[in-house]
Amino acid sequence: MVQLTLPKNAKVGKGRHHPAPAGAKKVKRFKIYRWDPEGQGNPVWDTYDVDVAGCGPMVLDALLHIKNTMDSTLAFRRSCREGVCGSCAMNIGGRNTLACTHGWEEVPGGEIAIAPLPHMPVIKDLVPDLTLFYAQYASIEPWLHTVTPEPQKEWRQSEADREKLDGLYECILCACCSTSCPSYWWNQEKYLGPAALLQARRWLADSRDEATGERLDALEDPFKLYRCHTIMNCAQVCPKGLNPAEAISEIKLMLVDRTI
Amino acid sequence: MADATQGARPRPLSPHVQIWRWHVTMAASITNRATGVALYAGWLVFAGWALALSAGADAYQAYTGLLTSPLGLLVLIGVTASLFFHLGAGVRHLAWDLGRGFAKTTASATAWFSYVFALLATILVWVAAFAAHAG
Repeated sequence: MVQLTLPKNAKVGKGRHHPAPAGAKKVKRFKIYRWDPEGQGNPVWDTYDVDVAGCGPMVLDALLHIKNTMDSTLAFRRSCREGVCGSCAMNIGGRNTLACTHGWEEVPGGEIAIAPLPHMPVIKDLVPDLTLFYAQYASIEPWLHTVTPEPQKEWRQSEADREKLDGLYECILCACCSTSCPSYWWNQEKYLGPAALLQARRWLADSRDEATGERLDALEDPFKLYRCHTIMNCAQVCPKGLNPAEAISEIKLMLVDRTI
Repeated sequence: MADATQGARPRPLSPHVQIWRWHVTMAASITNRATGVALYAGWLVFAGWALALSAGADAYQAYTGLLTSPLGLLVLIGVTASLFFHLGAGVRHLAWDLGRGFAKTTASATAWFSYVFALLATILVWVAAFAAHAG
């Protein structure tokens, strides 16, 4: 259901201001979404005047700097700090991206607003609950399905067939795309979303997989696949430069191909 | 995971459209929908014109008088712009249905093009219409 406004308990109020330390050289203001499950009241926007002269170039560097020197209560996920794990996906300056590969100087505007991935239940601060997102990924059965007997060694694949997985296998499941999609915002219980569908295409495109028909059957549904309205936010924000919208269109074309 | 962290109070929904910095492709998508709806209304205006035509000279005069009032003209120009935008966006969707035009730069460029095309075509049609009326 399209709901443009936030529920009552999710409206974001004004929070605390954390001034820059004395003697700060270069100050940049970060506006960060805060919500504590053990606290009181609604989420708030806290502002932090960060001395960016003292931290690295990425938004993640700034967040770590805040956590280390200004406010240790700030919660966010991070791990690899090089765009491989997908943990630090969040909404930065109004767009979903990875905090570790996005420079704070790249964010337009005077202050840098940082919020959790959009339209998700918030566990704490910048940490969203991705349970449904992972369940949707599991639902496309992301593993090789075969009926022929296992070969002695590995399942062979030609170089040309392997190349068909380029642009699909690189997905790190950070959820930037799915949570950028208005269609997913309004219908996430029924629509699988860009990430799960790109993965579905990845297994449909695999020359070794022998369940193409069953996979397509599972996707032929008014909601699971066809809620993609080519809004294109997924491709616009993917931090790995992938194109879920195109992958979804390829699935639609496969469905057309098998009926004509 | 969810159980361990689920506190006593319900989790808030994170902000979405309130914080999103729009892409031109996103704007073009909602504009396509809005112009589609506007065109339904446009057909009603046209159907009203046909009814007025069949209802006789007085009704026709009254109806065209209404259409050529400032507000009526605004509606007609709006319908024209909607028609041209929906046409351009329709061609984009046609290409997408053939699996073409998904590259980020292509999709953004065609989105801008739909807006420019709608604007220019609307201006052209109405300049021509007013010129024909004056001449």
